[in-house]
This record gives sequence, C-alpha cells and structure tokens, in this order.
Amino acid sequence: MSRFDFDIAVVGSGPAGLAAAALAASKGASVVLLDEQAEPGGQIYRAVTETPVRDRKVLGPDYWHGAELLGPLRDSGAAHWPGTIVWSVARPREDAPDGHRPIQIGLSRNGSAAMLTVRHVILATGALERPFPIPGWTLPGVLGAGAAQVLLKTSGLVPSGATVMAGSGPLLWLLAWQYLQAGARIDAILDTTPKENWRAALPLLPGFLRSPYLGKGMKLMLEVRRKLTVIGNVTALRAEGAIGGDSALKSVVYTRNGTEHRLPADTLLLHHGVIPNLNLANATGCAQRWDEQQRCWRPTTDEWGATSVEGVSLAGDGAGIGGARAAEEAGRLAALDALHRLGRIGREQRDKAAAPHRAALDRALTGRAFLDTLYTPAEAFRAPADDTIVCRCEEITAGAVREAVRLGCSGPNQAKSFLRCGMGPCQGRLCGPTVTEVIAAERGVSPAEVGYYRLRPPVKPITLAELAALPKTDADIDAVFKH
Amino acid sequence: MTQPSRGGEYDVAVIGGGLVGSALAWGLARAGQKVAMLDEGDIAVRPSRGNFALVWVQGKGLGMPEYAGWTKKSSDDWSGFADLLREQTGLDVAYRRPGGFMPMLSEEDLQARANTMMRLHNQPDMIRYPYEVMDRETLRKELPFIGPDVVGGTYCPLDGHCNSLRLLRTLHKGIGLLGVDYRPNHRVERIEHRDGGFRMTTAGGEIRAGKIVLAAGHDSARLAPMVGLSAPVRPQRGHVIVTEKTAPFLHHPTVYVRQTDEGGVMIGDSFEEAGFDTTLQPGVSSAIAQRAIRFFPLLGKLNVVRSWAALRVLTPDGFPIYEESKTAPGAFVATCHSGVTLAANHALTLAPLIAAGGLGDSFTPFSAGRFHVPQAA
Amino acid sequence: MFRRLPEIETALNAAGQTVSFTIDGRPASARAGDSVTAALLANGVTACRTTAVSGAARGPYCMMGVCYDCLVTIDGTGNRQGCQVRVAPGMAVETQNGKREVER
Repeated sequence: MSRFDFDIAVVGSGPAGLAAAALAASKGASVVLLDEQAEPGGQIYRAVTETPVRDRKVLGPDYWHGAELLGPLRDSGAAHWPGTIVWSVARPREDAPDGHRPIQIGLSRNGSAAMLTVRHVILATGALERPFPIPGWTLPGVLGAGAAQVLLKTSGLVPSGATVMAGSGPLLWLLAWQYLQAGARIDAILDTTPKENWRAALPLLPGFLRSPYLGKGMKLMLEVRRKLTVIGNVTALRAEGAIGGDSALKSVVYTRNGTEHRLPADTLLLHHGVIPNLNLANATGCAQRWDEQQRCWRPTTDEWGATSVEGVSLAGDGAGIGGARAAEEAGRLAALDALHRLGRIGREQRDKAAAPHRAALDRALTGRAFLDTLYTPAEAFRAPADDTIVCRCEEITAGAVREAVRLGCSGPNQAKSFLRCGMGPCQGRLCGPTVTEVIAAERGVSPAEVGYYRLRPPVKPITLAELAALPKTDADIDAVFKH
Repeated sequence: MTQPSRGGEYDVAVIGGGLVGSALAWGLARAGQKVAMLDEGDIAVRPSRGNFALVWVQGKGLGMPEYAGWTKKSSDDWSGFADLLREQTGLDVAYRRPGGFMPMLSEEDLQARANTMMRLHNQPDMIRYPYEVMDRETLRKELPFIGPDVVGGTYCPLDGHCNSLRLLRTLHKGIGLLGVDYRPNHRVERIEHRDGGFRMTTAGGEIRAGKIVLAAGHDSARLAPMVGLSAPVRPQRGHVIVTEKTAPFLHHPTVYVRQTDEGGVMIGDSFEEAGFDTTLQPGVSSAIAQRAIRFFPLLGKLNVVRSWAALRVLTPDGFPIYEESKTAPGAFVATCHSGVTLAANHALTLAPLIAAGGLGDSFTPFSAGRFHVPQAA
Repeated sequence: MFRRLPEIETALNAAGQTVSFTIDGRPASARAGDSVTAALLANGVTACRTTAVSGAARGPYCMMGVCYDCLVTIDGTGNRQGCQVRVAPGMAVETQNGKREVER
C-alpha cells in the first residue's frame, strides 16, 4: 500500500481549485479536492449548482460561467470531498526514502478529524473581504457586501427595510446591480473612493482600457448610477444603534465635504475590496510579502504558484487578487507545475501546455493595476480612529493598539500578546490587516517593516475530542507522559 | 535625576524583554536605577509569550532545597506584587491562589508522586509548606468534573495562576511609567567590559551601562561567556492548546489544565528535545488533548482555537542560574524556566540586590559553577 | 433585515421545499438548503448572540465562515458557525448569551 493517500490535494473549490483539480486529475494524477462548503464554486460561484435564483440575469453571465468548470472536474476523476475543513498543512519532513517528502494535511469531516498524506498540495483558499473597521461595524445589521451576495446566491435573500451600501470597489457595484435586477431596495450607495486616487490611477488607465472587464464594468456602473442614489467623496462613516443601545443598527452617519449627514438604516453593507485569505499558507510556513499596490500581504510565489515551502503551491486570489478568470488560469498553471514536480510530465511538456493558460492569465490581469490603485481605501478606513474596534473577537480598539505601540510593541505579534487582538476564533482574519496598518502608521514605517501575525494550526477550530482522536506515534505519547 | 554611574549612559542595561527581563527592569527602576531594557523585535524566540501561567510551588526543588525556598518566597510575595502592579498601572494580572492540583491517572503514578513529594520534603534544609495526597473521592469534592480514569492526586494550597500575557504587558507599562528606556530591535551582538562599565554593540546602535543583567533566555547562553559568565541553557519544546472562551467551571488550576480568567481553557504540555524547531506536531497535540479529556471528559466538546509550541529555557538540572561575574564585576545573569512563578522574586528581591551591588552568599547555590565543579576556583 | 425574493418564496411553498425548525423554542420555517444563519435572517433574527467579552449583541458579518460572529447553539452544542451548517428538519437553534457553557 502506498503511504500516500493522493498525489495531489487541492484546498478550496473556487475557480482556481476547480481548474487545478480537473487538470491534474485529467493527466492521471490521483487528486482530492477538499472544500469547506457543501457545494463547489467557492465564494464567487457560491451555490452555482443549487441557487434558487433561477432568473439568470440577476446574478449575471460571469456568475454562471462557474457552472462550466464543474463538468471537467466530474470528468477528470478527481475525488471531491465537500464539507471538509482543512485545519493544518504540515511542512515536509526530512524523512523521505523515495525522494518525495510527504505532506500531512489535517482535516475535519462530519465532526471527526483525520490526517491525509499527499505528495503535493495546491492551496486555492481564495479571498476574503478586506476588513472595514468603522465605529459600529460590529452592530447586528452591518454585514459585508460579499456576505449579502452569499445570501442572495445561496438563499435568494435580499435586504428589506432601509438599506445603505458603503465603500468602494467592483464587488460593491456588482452587488448593487444584482439587487437592481432582483428588484431589491437600496436607499443609497456611499462611495468612499478617495478623490486623490484618480490622480495616481490615471497613468494606469491605458492598461485598463484594454481590460476585458472594462465594457461590462462600465455598463453595470452606469446603470447603477442612473437608477440609484450614489453619494461620492465620503470620507468618514459610522454605524449607530438606538440611542443608548447597541442591539441593532439604526442609522448610518457619513461625512462628505466636511459635513456629517445621517441616514436611517436597517442594513448597512460594507465593502472596500478583497484580500488574500492567507491563514493556511501562513500557518504552513509559506513566506509572504507586503504588496504595496494591493495594500495587503500575499504569500510569495513564483510564476507557477510555488511557495517557499517545498511541495506547497498556491493558486488564485489566495496568492494575490486577480479575480475569478485569472484564478482559473493560475489553477491550471499550478496543476501543470505540480505534475512536472511529481515526474508525470517533463519540463517542455509543462511549458508547452502552460502557454495558452499563461496568455489567458495575462489577459485576465490586464488593467488590474488601475483598479488596485483607484480602489485603495483611504487611510482613515485602513487605520481607523481610536474608538473603533479593530479586533471583533476580542473587542480591541485601534486606540489600544496605538497604546501598545507607545509601550514599545513594534509589530503585531507583541501587540497580540499584550492585547489579545487576533487571538479569537477568527484568528486575525478580520483584524490582522488593520493591526498592521495601525502599527505602521503609528510608528511611521511601512507595513512591510511591521510584519504580520505568525499563525499556527489549527487555522479553523476543531474540537478537543477530534484532536484527541488523531493518530499518535510512541514518540508523541512519550513526549507527553515521560519526563 | 539619577546620575549615570561610571562608564555609561545607564546604571543598568537589562538584556531581554521577556518576563525575567521586564520584572528585573521594573524592580531596578523602582530601586532608583536608570535602566535600559534591550530586546529583540516582533518575531523572536520568546517563551514569555507561550507559557502556561502557573504560579506554582508543589513538587519543585527535589535536588535543590534552596530552589523550593526561593519558589515559596515568590509565591508568598506574588499577591503583594500583583497589588503593586495594579496600583501603578491600573491593570489586573488576574493572580489567584485557590490552591492547585496534580491529578493522576494510575495508582502507580499516584504512589510515585506521593514518594517524590515525601523525598522533596525530607531534604535537609527544606522549607515547610502544606500539601496533601488525595484519593479519588477527596479530589472529586474539589474538582467535580474529573473523569473515571482519575485515581487521585496531590494538592497544595500555595499553588495559583495568573494571566501571564497581561503580566508581560503590565510590566512593560510599568517600566515605561518608571522611566525605563525600552529598546526593541536592539539584539545585542557583542558586550565589552571596559573601564569598569559595559559597552554593547546592538542591532540598534551602541549602548553603555555601568551594570548589565543577562535575562535573554536562550540567548544568554551566547552572551554569558562575553562577560566571564556561563549560562548552559537548552531549549525544551512544550506544546500548549487553548480552547474557546467558556463560562467558568474549573475553579482550581491543575498542572495540565487550567481555565483562564478570560474563560479559555489552557491545556499542556509536552517535553521534547527538538532544538529551536517550534513546528507543531499534531501527534503531540493529540496526546495532550487525549490526556486532558481523561482528566476532564467534558472538555471534549470544546473547540480548540489556538495551539503553539514554546521553548522552555532549561539548565542541565532545571534550576535557575543567578550569578555575578567574577572577572567582569557588575555583569549578572538571571535565567530560569519559571519566569511567571518567580516574577515576584525577580522584581522585589533580586532587582534591589543587583541595584545595591551584589547578590550575597545566599545565591551561591544558584551559581553556574555547579555544572563545572572541577573548574570552580 | 432580509426577505426572500417573492418568486422564490412562492416556488418554495408550491414545491413543499420548506424545513420546520425552532428558534429559541419557537417554531420557524426556512428553505431546504438554507444555512442556519440564512434561516435566522429569513425569520427576522438579525442578532444571534451576545459576545463572550463585553456582552454586546452580534449578528452575522461575513457569511463565508471566517468571522465567527454568527455563532449559535445548534441541537445543544454551543458556538457552532451558523453560516456553515445547513438547517435541518426539527433542528433546535438557540441564540447565545456570552460565553459558551462547558456542558453544551
């Protein structure tokens, strides 16, 4: 019996994971696609197999493209394990008699944990919405725009009552447009795109003019602007509950041209871009770097998605934001490279097969720099005022982080020890970027110098009983009982 | 203003910003010294961020009764220490001394534990303190949630725990209020003893001080020989697991499982010789989890939110080293693996002695000379 | 506040694709396939818990399993991510107050 359960494990079944698993398996590798959700699609194609929103014009053609990725996966023979949480990917150890260091994946299915041994892993963990810390963002009734879109895709739910959308970036406009098609109510869109971003973005406009998304994006944005109230140049935002109460959202207060305005609201949908969901890569030990243009941390990868950890590669938005079509191509490139590393195809064969996907990837990334630059959130929303909660789990404010810096904390790990920011169940996903930005601004240095949380498994909580049931060697047991 | 003493900008430079270093810096500054605390950056081998937060007495000192006495003194002084910190900083380090347990899973282990405790307390010059060996039924009255595998255990009313991360933060806040110059990103590369003072080359520039205290944990092994001292410490890895916040149910700390003031349940630990590798071993975490569930079966349903592996700073016999250099007077080393338990001593007893100029004869047993007896002059 | 798109609601009822469950003991119904969190929102429950730290009210924020704000007690087990669990017939969903109890 092989000591490997599969040649390749792919984590995440969004566009990158679906494409990677299908291609790798179609070339004869044994592949398992591990995914937390019950159905494939990731967040961008969430519920594409089962959405109750049958009117195809509501979610739009880009969404329905996701369905085209499912046939190749089915035909490829890759195993698909939905409802599977990956909580650990362990570095290769130094004990590989046959030349291939095993990679151990800790997973949890139906409430029980297990370890899976593979030769190569492709992390396709996608993106999450950039945290949008404003006063009151923890109130019930304040959600991410991406969250609202998931509710639409999975359950056909749309906001009722007074609804405000706020922020910037393509997803905000797309959701507004989808709500228009669905006949949902939107009272106002508060656009926080900083005016001055235009100056920085303008030189990048020629690239964007060649982008395949330009036409679609413009059409959608114009329709939204024509039909909805869009308030631009918003420089500050606050969500408020009832006077003296914090049980639910009642109004949104925004500043425009130095003046505060108040809108009644039952629902506030926030969004200012997406960032790589890098917890698993970080906990695996993959090196990461600060991307100034996208204003986020991203794991370091080569042109095939290979990380600093042997046998671990990354594909899609988890390695840097490029969107769904780019993710799909990056997934194929990572799969080809993995096949090459496993000795299934030669270098020339890999490079030849990769050429059309690399060309398609370049096409998909055309114009990205313009969007990244235009939609970089203002500092006030990245490093908010002192009274704003930045760590939702432990309820730590930006002011507390600044105080820790004044005590000498030079980075997020010491701040985490002092304040507990990033120690809750979300493990820093909702505060890490903000804590880095706040420390950087307070110290007057770049986020690159400040660094990011050092994460460890489990990257998603598992129960103590699940952990206890994992296989143990004699050495493991002796380490605990013999001393 | 305090006058800088001979040869330096500072009276004392404390090297190391963990629990040992910051407790000493706090005590030195309270004693009127002008202090610099030199530390590494955000990513560092830093056991003070990974410990188990017990303030523990029972079972310690077999082979060195002076260590048992030193430990008990710290435990006795801890409550006053926590009060001083609260008055100064407004922060509560959550010190509690409800008495602690070491539960056992077999009759043989319980018997062996009882023998160890007896041998410990039969040592000549051993300090007296109460402890009890309990059978299952007695233990169950105090710890109602124990599982069927627990046969009994030992109990000591002096044992307690605190919030050790908040202790680290509180000490850092405290030293700031006392005017200590805290310098992160100042890893010390070289120390020279010159003109009766010390000159340190660091990642952040040169620092001079009349006295220095090596409290750099693992790095003290490298630094000590530069000033005629010895700190033969090695890393020993220990895994720790922590669960989600849970309503209070466990009212005493145990050696293996304790509930924090914030609600999370901390679960330890392991003893591994793996150098400086802090990669988590799922099998070790699993063995720790399994044992904890045997102690307290209801823990099984709780979600694990974090786990980590930290590196104990261990001397060959496991006891601390406190010593002043004979060849470079004014250079001290302080190293131990119980930075939480001994924090009160470091702040309230050791620091004033260093400020006053010397440790005195009572610290002779803690000299590193015990590891190389033939060379001892 | 959220509502189901009317054509979907109509289709559900016509096809009998609804699930009966309880919210804090009160009978409720949702669409088969809804996550517990979506089912709560569809039933007008925006706040699903109070926090373990300050006791402040919270509701779902990310709907994709990363924020841990949608925690609820499901069939007697506390701190479950409502957005990651599908509602099932007869399921008992409870909103949570503060820290989880160790025995549930």
